[in-house]
Amino acid sequence: MIKSSSWLTILGILPLLGAVLISALPKKSELNAKRIALVTTLVIAALTVAMATQFQRDNVDMQFVVSRSWIPSLGINFALGVDGIALVLILLSTLLAPIVVLAGWNEATGGRWSVKTFYILLLILETMMIGVFAATDVFLFYVFFEAMLVPVYFLIGGFGTGARSAAAVKFLLYSLFGGLLMLASIIALYVISGEQGGPTFDIGALSQLQMSSTTQNFLFLGFFIAFAIKAPLWPFHTWLPDAADAATPGTSVLLLGVLDKVGTFGMIRYSLALFPEASKTFTPVILVLAVISIIYGAFMAIGQTDFKRLIAYTSVSHFGFITMGIFAMTSQGISGATLYMFNHGFSTGALFLIAGWMAARRGSSKIGDFGGLQRVTPVMAWVFFFAGMSSLALPGLSTFVSEFLVLVGTYTRYPVAAVIGAFGIVLAALYILIPIQRSLHGPTTPGNESLTDLNVREKIAIAPVVAIILVLGFYPSPLLNVINPAAQHTITKAGFSDPLPTISAKVGK
Amino acid sequence: MTSNALVYLIALPLFGAAVLMLAGRRADRRGHILATVLSGGSFLLGLYEFSQMLSRSSENRAVTQKLFSWISVGSFKVDAGLMLDQLSISFVLLITGVGTLIHIYSIAYMSHDLDRRRFFAYLNLFVAAMLLLVLGDSYLNLYVGWEGVGLASYLLIGFWNQKPTYATAAKKAFVANRVGDLGLSLAIMVAFATLGTVSFSGVKENAGQASTAALTAIGILLLVAATGKSAQLPLQAWLGDAMAGPTPVSALIHAATMVTAGVYLITRSNFIFDAAPIAQLAVAIIGAITLLFGAIIGAAKDDIKKALAASTTSQIGYMVLGAGLGPAGYAFAIMHLLAHGFFKAGLFLGAGSVMHGMNNEVNMRRYGGLRKFMPITFATFGAGYLSILGVPPFAGFYSKDRIIEAAFNAGGVRGVLLGSAALLGAAITAFYMTRVVVMTFAGKARWEEEVHPHESPALMWLPMVLIAFGSTFSGFLFTRGDALRNWLAPVVEPVAAREQELLSPALVSILALLLVVVGAGLAVMKYLRQDVPVVAPEDVSIFTRVARRDLLQDDFNEAVFMRPGQHLTYALVDIDEVIIDGAVRGVGRMATGSAGALRTTQTGFVRSYAMWILLGAIGLIAAIWMVTL
Repeated sequence: MIKSSSWLTILGILPLLGAVLISALPKKSELNAKRIALVTTLVIAALTVAMATQFQRDNVDMQFVVSRSWIPSLGINFALGVDGIALVLILLSTLLAPIVVLAGWNEATGGRWSVKTFYILLLILETMMIGVFAATDVFLFYVFFEAMLVPVYFLIGGFGTGARSAAAVKFLLYSLFGGLLMLASIIALYVISGEQGGPTFDIGALSQLQMSSTTQNFLFLGFFIAFAIKAPLWPFHTWLPDAADAATPGTSVLLLGVLDKVGTFGMIRYSLALFPEASKTFTPVILVLAVISIIYGAFMAIGQTDFKRLIAYTSVSHFGFITMGIFAMTSQGISGATLYMFNHGFSTGALFLIAGWMAARRGSSKIGDFGGLQRVTPVMAWVFFFAGMSSLALPGLSTFVSEFLVLVGTYTRYPVAAVIGAFGIVLAALYILIPIQRSLHGPTTPGNESLTDLNVREKIAIAPVVAIILVLGFYPSPLLNVINPAAQHTITKAGFSDPLPTISAKVGK
Repeated sequence: MTSNALVYLIALPLFGAAVLMLAGRRADRRGHILATVLSGGSFLLGLYEFSQMLSRSSENRAVTQKLFSWISVGSFKVDAGLMLDQLSISFVLLITGVGTLIHIYSIAYMSHDLDRRRFFAYLNLFVAAMLLLVLGDSYLNLYVGWEGVGLASYLLIGFWNQKPTYATAAKKAFVANRVGDLGLSLAIMVAFATLGTVSFSGVKENAGQASTAALTAIGILLLVAATGKSAQLPLQAWLGDAMAGPTPVSALIHAATMVTAGVYLITRSNFIFDAAPIAQLAVAIIGAITLLFGAIIGAAKDDIKKALAASTTSQIGYMVLGAGLGPAGYAFAIMHLLAHGFFKAGLFLGAGSVMHGMNNEVNMRRYGGLRKFMPITFATFGAGYLSILGVPPFAGFYSKDRIIEAAFNAGGVRGVLLGSAALLGAAITAFYMTRVVVMTFAGKARWEEEVHPHESPALMWLPMVLIAFGSTFSGFLFTRGDALRNWLAPVVEPVAAREQELLSPALVSILALLLVVVGAGLAVMKYLRQDVPVVAPEDVSIFTRVARRDLLQDDFNEAVFMRPGQHLTYALVDIDEVIIDGAVRGVGRMATGSAGALRTTQTGFVRSYAMWILLGAIGLIAAIWMVTL
């Protein structure tokens, strides 16, 4: 049996071991590199599920905690631990990883560097993803937050298509800029903690600091802008379509599905927990940005002519929903937002993987280059349609539960934001159904007649995604039961409680 | 009372849909039989539940089944729960009964289609979703079925989506319905924020404590939802295009069942509307306007399916009007809904039978004199025709006249206006339906030479005959001893009859019949006494032209929503590229420019770097110190 404190370290080290194994392979053995990557990610996924079964749902403290002194002179610890929210996001990362490896079996070929390098980078990235969600030391979090840019930068710039270098640089610089602001805030927190007892980077201790509201506001902004760029929130979003367009489909899935969640995860774990007062101060502004993101992202998606950019913009809209749910500061809002992060990973992941398959077959990701695929490649068309329904949050699919929770949770405190945001429901129908009609319906257009349908490997890769989306649509309790206590704990610590129904509030008076 | 069997009502057809979709081509040969048997099994189970209900006293008839906790976050708790009461069983029997007959009909109707298996998969999916819609015990469960039927409808309208106009029709239906669904989501949010619950029983219990403003908001939002699903103004424009779907779909989904879901929603929410008079009046007004709107369009259409679709809009207008009259009208709205389920399904199946024998021709100007070639179709269509006209003793007579009567008795100017609209609608209905019958079955043959009209096979006409029995006798059964009204009483709690009636039932019936005779007579004079031109005449009044263009509904939507929306989209795409990303690129360029100046600071001396780091840290600490003072 694995010791409780070892789980997270093991999960974090395993991908690195896989990467070392791959680097030891002879240069030409591409297939073995893929196999090692697949087996490693599968083992990690299985271990994460096993770890999740050990998680005590009703315990709101961090679990699987480990803390070792790392740089004692600065009080920096190698400290890991998860609450329900972090656990769900680690689960998302490790479940998506093998799917990405299997789905993008051939996407590393033709890159700037060897296939081996691709999988080494991918596995390093997995370590970073686990680390960034598991870190309970702010400095350690920052290290993962920045370090994960490196593998992604090389994955985009080395293996992408089109203007990959430019997109990779834009992604890197934009993220670094946010990261620097956050670093400034982190240093400031460290200094303040030094004034109030002992200098520390421990998140639990930092959340107890006494700060004037001006200090809180400045430091809050440092973190928030970094997260708003990462998520991304309007108007910090323009790097995302470029990056998603240039990256390989698998990289894009991890980028949209997991990396962007670091932003929204950070909002819950750091913005709300460290700066509750400033969070309250900035909530109106953030809600405005979130609602703009929902509507603006949806309109932009409608206006796109390329599948990859379209999916990137739908994510801008979805991240608007997530941010809105977080800052509504209700249990439904935060639980819904966390569930949304998980569901969006699979829903958008499916969309992107299938769009990637379509583009690989057709040699183009322009929507206008497709037509009548439903008759040519029925299975591919069906899973694409299914993923589309999931993206527009059709009831019965997982995304509906999270989107509705976000909306209802927001409505109870900020009805105007919820009502405007809800118009995203209608726009989603447009940004999904218009490209579906163009590519799947109508007569089969020239260039599409001989496209091949999904092969067995692709079917195996997409089947679990479809299953997760369906099952969690009807039975989200396994995740909600894990998320709820942490979400409730978050709003309680920030000094909020759920608004009462109007009628009981009246009786109360 | 609880029951463990309710879930199987839904599970049977859902299982069929799953098997047919997953089995692929292997299920091509027998798939349609499996689908039909499962739908029939659901019907038998419904009959069994109905017989069980009959054996209990009226207060104890409702049964519930809790499956599991679906969503539970904080005080937002929604079970996957089902409820079968007097209102839902009426729908269950209609959906599975008519649904099964249409499954049987489709076996023959779709026999030559390569994708027949897929068609039956969608039909089963629809039946399952529709049953969930009427069996869900909360607004959120209803919502799942509500969008589920929308999905099935989208898939079936676009069943032949290789034809671009059909694919567009499917998309249009989905989007229009989503606008309605937005209303439903918002209604659920308001209900939760106000009442703390979204279950039907909880909302009913707490509604008494809520403010009228909140209930009015919920009511209006529910009405928005109903206008989308039930093709009422202002979200009616999708239904005509929805006729792109195979005709059995038009009969089942876009006539008998799905499009009446709005009436179900309003009737189910009677506890909200009865406490929100403004919302209730809005319901009645929407119904009255739509019944005239649909009827006028119906009178101008040459496409038999589009004429019937406009008629559906109009007839649902009657139901919505009835539901908007409150306790005086709920039972009659449901009665008309059930009667309409029979006669409109019969009319559509008849239209399908005609098309089947006429090489899929839908233009009635290309029909004529088909009575002799399709006697059974003519007879069953005739039963539907007499029923929709409200000729006694056919079903429509009982239900429609009661709605007209209840409208007049709503009191004051309101009653006179609503009642007159309903009465006028009856006359226009008689006109356009007579027009359809005369142009199709009477007069001279106008079809082209290669067309050889023939009666449809038994697999098609048997369901038509059975449904014709429903169109003929159901009204009599519903009203015998006020059976349906008493049956529904525990759900909608009708008030005692008004003591003073503006118009007596007999007078209403006489007036309605007189107007029907006038309307039908006009149609006979215009389309039977005169020859019907094969090409629609162009030298017609502006009024006719506007009616042919669906009273400009599409022109309006395009001008007000679609084009401005497109322009906004294009503008935003430009803004994103030029301004937002432009600013980012600008900052990037500035950074590159200033890098040249900063390069001089890169001296390579560790001590000078250390100096800069120190200065930076001091600056930062100083800044924080200053703001924390």
